[in-house]
Amino acid sequence: MIAIVDYDTGNLCSVCNALLRLGVEFVVTDDAEIIKSADKVLLPGVGEASSAMQKLRERGLCDVIKALTQPVLGICIGMQLMCRRSEEGNAECLGIFDTEVKRFVADKKSGVKVPHMGWNEIRNLKTPLLAGLKEGDFLYFVHSFAPQICDEAIAVSENGRQFAAALNKGNFYGTQFHPEKSGTIGEQILKNFIEHC
Amino acid sequence: MVAKRIIPCLDVKDGRTVKGVNFVGLKDVGDAVELGCRYALEGADELVYLDISATCEGRKTFTSLVERIAQNINIPFTVGGGISTMDDAARLLDAGADKISINSAAVANPDIIDQIAAKYGSQFLVLAIDAKQVDGIWRITTHGGNKLTDKELISWAYEGQERGAGEILFTSMDHDGTKNGYPCETYAALADKLSIPIIASGGAGSVDDIVKVLTEGKADAALAASIFHYGEVSIAELKKELQKRDIKVRL
Repeated sequence: MIAIVDYDTGNLCSVCNALLRLGVEFVVTDDAEIIKSADKVLLPGVGEASSAMQKLRERGLCDVIKALTQPVLGICIGMQLMCRRSEEGNAECLGIFDTEVKRFVADKKSGVKVPHMGWNEIRNLKTPLLAGLKEGDFLYFVHSFAPQICDEAIAVSENGRQFAAALNKGNFYGTQFHPEKSGTIGEQILKNFIEHC
Repeated sequence: MVAKRIIPCLDVKDGRTVKGVNFVGLKDVGDAVELGCRYALEGADELVYLDISATCEGRKTFTSLVERIAQNINIPFTVGGGISTMDDAARLLDAGADKISINSAAVANPDIIDQIAAKYGSQFLVLAIDAKQVDGIWRITTHGGNKLTDKELISWAYEGQERGAGEILFTSMDHDGTKNGYPCETYAALADKLSIPIIASGGAGSVDDIVKVLTEGKADAALAASIFHYGEVSIAELKKELQKRDIKVRL
């Protein structure tokens, strides 16, 4: 059973629908015991980092998530919360990944827009999470902040600066892009997480 | 750098996809979910569904259609048409829409832009603008082009951005459905003024038109309906052609 962590940060619908399309069983929950006993854990999320952290804290889930030993996948804000800290609302985060989340800077001359919205290429791919993907495959992003490149980066993308598009440390994985909205390639990544991580 | 996006637009009336020429004379072109899935497979980067039902019954049908779309489609989609309250926004978010577009309601009550952006984030909100040229000035129209307002295109688009819209979807009512191409200078002027993405809509008749609006017009995305619905150009062919002309697209 996969547990999708529900911490009230907007809609989980698209992640649930993606798992339904893959025919995978899951439960949406904020119950620490259910999360601890799940085979795999998904930490999705949209919204603002400091308020999302606050919601995790209110539910007493910060230490629960940090102590998980099964595969955990954070998506978008979910992954950002797993980093050390975020510039967005000056949020102290979970500190699982040893990197910081910083805002993009818009630049009309070079056409860099913020938010970074749309399909962009990922490169320098590593780990079973991204198995079957090709260098330069396109994934769907919607965000204004992104983690800095670090040793734990397993994919890199670029919007005015290079940033970590996916991270991995031990049993913890994160993607800045939205696999649940990234067509068949995104589905491959979710499948990889479910079957091979 | 993000790829330029190709976005088929599906006008939906009572659950079925239709597309009119200059918004009159609708023709039925098929089931909205089926057509969306086909476009997603062909390489559409996003989809836009516009509800053009005029009745409450039609609106309810649309909400359940949005749920069906969310269940079946694996790329982002925007829904629009008749959205005027926070309740409408909440209803469509809950049904699974990735973004909503608002048009007439924002002109009547610009504060709704701030409210939706504050509650759900800018990424959830596309400001759709219909305009036509009157004595050399691009003036905003509402209600499907039927009402002419005093607002001017570029100042309104900028106001929308400052209030929190995440993208601008601009349709020229002079070009929509004509297949005569887009007003590229106007799109370029918008892009020079704004920092959020701009979606060009209405008027695509050929691959060249789309190339032009994505290059000279500096648009981030092109939205079209007729040329895809009637199979004149497939999305896959279009994107290959764009790539040949050095435009970054997702293939």
